[in-house]
Amino acid sequence: MKIAKKVIDLPPSGIRKFFDIASAVKDVISLGVGEPDFITPWRIREASIYSVEKGKTTYTSNWGLVELRELISTYTYEGTGIDYSPKDQILVTTGVSEGIDLAIRAITDPGDEILVVDPSYVSYKPCVIMAGGVPVPVNTSEENDFKVRKEDILKMITPRTTAIIMNYPNNPTGSIMTRKDLEEVADVAVEHDLMVLSDEVYEKLTYDGKHASIASLNGMLDNTILLNGFSKAFAMTGWRLGYACGNPEVIESMMKIHQYTMLCAPITSQLGAIEALKNGQQDMLDMVKEYNRRRRVIVRGFNALGLHCFEPKGAFYAFPSVKSTGLSSEEFAERLLYEHGVVVVPGNVFGETGVGHLRCSYAASMENIKEALGRMESFLDKLKQEQAPKIKSRH
Amino acid sequence: MSMVTTKGKGKPTDGSMREVLELIEKDSKLTAAEIAEQTGLKEKDVERFIKEMEARGIIKRYKTVIDWEKYGDDSVYAIIEVQLNPERNVGYDAVAERISKFPEVVTCMLVSGDHDLHLVIKGKTMKDVAFFVAEKIAPLSQVTHTATHFMLRSYKTEGEIMFEKEEDTRLVVHP
Repeated sequence: MKIAKKVIDLPPSGIRKFFDIASAVKDVISLGVGEPDFITPWRIREASIYSVEKGKTTYTSNWGLVELRELISTYTYEGTGIDYSPKDQILVTTGVSEGIDLAIRAITDPGDEILVVDPSYVSYKPCVIMAGGVPVPVNTSEENDFKVRKEDILKMITPRTTAIIMNYPNNPTGSIMTRKDLEEVADVAVEHDLMVLSDEVYEKLTYDGKHASIASLNGMLDNTILLNGFSKAFAMTGWRLGYACGNPEVIESMMKIHQYTMLCAPITSQLGAIEALKNGQQDMLDMVKEYNRRRRVIVRGFNALGLHCFEPKGAFYAFPSVKSTGLSSEEFAERLLYEHGVVVVPGNVFGETGVGHLRCSYAASMENIKEALGRMESFLDKLKQEQAPKIKSRH
Repeated sequence: MSMVTTKGKGKPTDGSMREVLELIEKDSKLTAAEIAEQTGLKEKDVERFIKEMEARGIIKRYKTVIDWEKYGDDSVYAIIEVQLNPERNVGYDAVAERISKFPEVVTCMLVSGDHDLHLVIKGKTMKDVAFFVAEKIAPLSQVTHTATHFMLRSYKTEGEIMFEKEEDTRLVVHP
């Protein structure tokens, strides 16, 4: 049996081992989940059930249903101020995951270097590799609130650099970029003719001011592929529905790959998304409000425990540092799970800059967040006792 | 436990006072400290605000939603539709207030449509409820018609789903 070398060389997922441990530990509380703990709002589920009853079970246009694209156009305009034409600037994809893959494949030739802002979601680099490109990490740091700055990018640019992938609000740090922050990136992108792949799936989960999209900056409309979806905002992860917006040439190219691989996004999900955009926005706002409350509780909780936690202003993750404990993120996460039954994701999974941090999702009930914080306190107490200098006996 | 706040530049953004009411409407057992933690407001401000809302009668009472059926209580509830002749000057108010004062009346509201008052009556037995309506409501001179609907099962009460909740079926760890 032959497996492609490219695939064999792909690094294994850094979280698989936590699955195995978690299944062996009893009474586990998880802060390790990258999806909302809310179930999709009922009106969306109900609309989809009705569509199935009415026999809406067919393929759709490769681009996605016209009505959905029109609604996405309005929704994007309201969110970012960008006016994408539903005719040829919006492609409905099977989750943002597919959008990322399509965007990378559409623009990558063998050997092209694609910058990936770290810490980052786990799929970007493997997708670049599968497309024949070379992923080049751009490190951010906690001192700069995990925002990417001009000098960070410039350091990594070579004549082969063609694009940069970024994700704000960010998974795993919860960092956001303001309009002013984004201008630095836009300057570099314009100057070096880089395409920006902007994964904005956490757009609506912004707790400080309004989300800013890099595509809305001067000169960036044609240089940005904006990727977004329904998973986080509307608690629709399992529906696998996203969309890509950009200049018609890029979107057309992505559509070409999409039509031969995915054909179209599932119609039931598309019809659910139509209901989400038409009538589900209050449900979304209510969920965001609840995330914001949990965010305050968890951030304050970590800082009170002495685990320095920078304030995440977006997404639903806190990214506390465990450097003060002397343990690596992996060791900390493994012992926390084994000994106290709390699942978190070690930051190193998201790239080198994540080392020494934990990604803790607050897409968990308030009760579970408090219980998890309590268990972490016990763990930290235990660590302190272990690490206390032993009293030496006299000889 | 030492208190460390986040770096000076980024204090968590504050919720509104309205949010305080939304929170205790759902869970009246939340303490001022917990509300402050969740909203980013100061504990003292939350306390003062709640006191003021109580004094102004905006917070009327702290209630609990109880599944009496599950507890084993076999109280009987009925919805009574009442048609009325309104009175000169006072309209429906006088008779509605009179009806509201009976402890058996759990809910009394003026509604649009083919009847005027919508009542919810609680009693020990169906007979209790039926006699209450026959003796106290129907004979009132302003009442022209009543219709009684006994409640058989409640699926949602005060915004609370009374049947089994949907489970969290997510994988425990996911990037």
